[in-house]
Amino acid sequence: MAAVTDIKPPLSERPSPLGWARKYLFNSLGNSLLTIFSIWLIYTVGIGLLRWVFTQAEWQVIATNLRLILLGQYPIAQVWRIWLSLLLLAFLIGNSLAIWGKAGKTAKRFGAGLVAFPLLLALTAIGAESRGWLVGLSAMLILGWYLGRPATRTLRRVVAVGWFIWPPIFLILLRGTTPAEGVLPIVGTNLWGGLLLTFLLTVVGIVFSFPLGVFLALGRRSELRIVRWFSIGYIELIRGVPLISILFMAQLMLPLFLPAGITIDRVIRAMVGITLFSAAYLAENVRGGLQAIPKGQFEAAHAMGLNGLQTMSLIVLPQALRLVIPILVGQFIALFKDTALVAIVGLLDIVGIAKTVLAQPDFLGLQREVYAFVSLLYWVFSYAMSYVAQRLEISLGVGQR
Amino acid sequence: MSRKIFSVFGLLIVASMVLAACGGGTPAAGTERIVETVIVEVPVAGDAAPLPPPAGYGATLAAVQARGVLICGVNSQVPGFGYIDADGNFSGIDVDYCRALAAAIFGDSTKVEFRPVTAAERFTALQSGEIDVLSRNTTWSTVRDTELGGNFTATTFYDGQGMMVRAGEGITTLADLAGGTICVQTGTTTELNLADVMAAAGIAYTPAVFEDADSTFAAYAEERCDAVTTDKSGLVSRRTVLEDPSAHVILDVTMSKEPLGPMVRHGDDQWFDIAQWTVFALISAEEFGVTSANVDAAKANPSNPEVARLLGNEGDLGLKLGLSNDWAYNIIAQVGNYEEVYNRSLGPDTPTYIPRGLNSLYTEGGLLYAPPFR
Repeated sequence: MAAVTDIKPPLSERPSPLGWARKYLFNSLGNSLLTIFSIWLIYTVGIGLLRWVFTQAEWQVIATNLRLILLGQYPIAQVWRIWLSLLLLAFLIGNSLAIWGKAGKTAKRFGAGLVAFPLLLALTAIGAESRGWLVGLSAMLILGWYLGRPATRTLRRVVAVGWFIWPPIFLILLRGTTPAEGVLPIVGTNLWGGLLLTFLLTVVGIVFSFPLGVFLALGRRSELRIVRWFSIGYIELIRGVPLISILFMAQLMLPLFLPAGITIDRVIRAMVGITLFSAAYLAENVRGGLQAIPKGQFEAAHAMGLNGLQTMSLIVLPQALRLVIPILVGQFIALFKDTALVAIVGLLDIVGIAKTVLAQPDFLGLQREVYAFVSLLYWVFSYAMSYVAQRLEISLGVGQR
Repeated sequence: MSRKIFSVFGLLIVASMVLAACGGGTPAAGTERIVETVIVEVPVAGDAAPLPPPAGYGATLAAVQARGVLICGVNSQVPGFGYIDADGNFSGIDVDYCRALAAAIFGDSTKVEFRPVTAAERFTALQSGEIDVLSRNTTWSTVRDTELGGNFTATTFYDGQGMMVRAGEGITTLADLAGGTICVQTGTTTELNLADVMAAAGIAYTPAVFEDADSTFAAYAEERCDAVTTDKSGLVSRRTVLEDPSAHVILDVTMSKEPLGPMVRHGDDQWFDIAQWTVFALISAEEFGVTSANVDAAKANPSNPEVARLLGNEGDLGLKLGLSNDWAYNIIAQVGNYEEVYNRSLGPDTPTYIPRGLNSLYTEGGLLYAPPFR
């Protein structure tokens, strides 16, 4: 018997492919049959899919309408404003990876992927028209990385402030400030569409529903009766109706109640609807996290002389929110996909624009191609959200302590 | 009630002015004298109405002019009628009507903001003032003209519900469909018409309903139903994209009248007139052979007095609508006449070709007939 310290790590067995197949795929008659059936099934479906993707599908509809699908009817002469915002964003991401990624392996790999992606796009036909901008994105990522490497305290603050002022800058660039003749002519929200609109609805939904949801969760546990009743009433009312009916209310009923002459922008109405809806669900998720915090934490905080606000903001919420990260990410991914419902109230988000593309006389009947592409976009961004959240969980040590 | 009486008086006075201006005979000597005094007053008083107009009269035009842009509710998903092309521009016959209206109001057909509205929200959007006019392949019907608070101005496209089946299955009449399944889009008059027609004929069938046109026709293409029904305009364009268009026939039945046209809110007759006479200007221009190409020549040298009045050389028809006198000239110069608008979206050179049929001028056996411009 060897001493405990002498135990070697288990042998990493590398069997021959044949041996592996015999061990895992053909170890009994039943499993052999199952394996053969599965291979046949995968082959049949896969070959059909591949044949369709590479020989039958008419991807011209996507190539022709790419700008429409990504940006909606945003005027082509003003698209540089979106690229400019993206350049700033790339710079910030490069900065942040260098500063908070601690120049670790993960951050480097992640950053390399981010740099490579626009370059790859630039090489393909998809990015042909905006090669300069795509290369610029990669360059800004690298530039941000190098400038962020000192990772000093001041730099951290500057970059943190940068993250706070980027959204307003983006919105100002997007919407514009001057009449048609100026440098930044106003682009009305009726021209915002496609992936851009989907993103805006999602991000606004997440950013605003998060604080609202946290407040509602705290309110539901409050000892003040009116606050508690209000929170419960709000949560149960909103959770009791489908999102589509809230969107219909916002688009159809609200204008009838408003005094004549006053109109609220319909994109903003959709944003408000989505935010209010999401907040109710988020409140319940956060409440789950709050309930998981042992009473001892409250009592200890009390004993330390912290008041109620300090207890919540310094002790309870940080722990509770960390616990519910997986649920919140799930909710945000669901929210991202739920924004597709705005297509039903006439907004041209990515699904709405897909429907209009399908109505172009030149591309009638290409549902499969268009919806496949839209699904791919949804998958890419949902998976990206999920991946970033996993990294966040690892760095916060969720489930480890 | 009293407002209605005022407007009747107003109309009478305007009518008598028009009659007098044209030199038409007046029925009684006593009235003639009054008419003459009115004529003297017209150039002095300008467009000041002798009687106060009803509330809401002119409000829409004033709001649109103050805003500087017309907001037009359109469809974004119907090939040939309202869709967005690859450059991001709205196209289609319903969309071009909006451009014509903008040209009439502003002299600039680009001063229009298109707002895609769905079937469910279109009437609310019109009532609440979200849109100034609804031009979205909407069928003129009693309920919509009354209870829904809107007025249809004129028909821009005469459509009718048809039925498409697979050739070679021996279906030639509706009765052959007894016991079969029919694909239909839900929430439309199409669904209701189908139920009415089949009930009247005593034919039992199973409806397979779908939320939008795409899934309706996809189900038909997958042979999940024996027939598919929608307006004939839709059937024609949908048939062109089926795998083998010749394997499908459109039955020789018309199950409904579907006059499609722009709709405005109740309560502003001036706006109604403008929206209506924009359609008539398009139709008249085709009748007189005035096109966007020859409109300048026609204005310089009008072929007949009505063309001169239409283009604003004579009379002040535009002013009576509350617009400039070259309103119709602007429509024709910037958007074209009805034929040009039609051919751009539904003509023989387009994938969505629909023969003119009922949508020909009355002189060519169709139903398009514009009242005289005088």
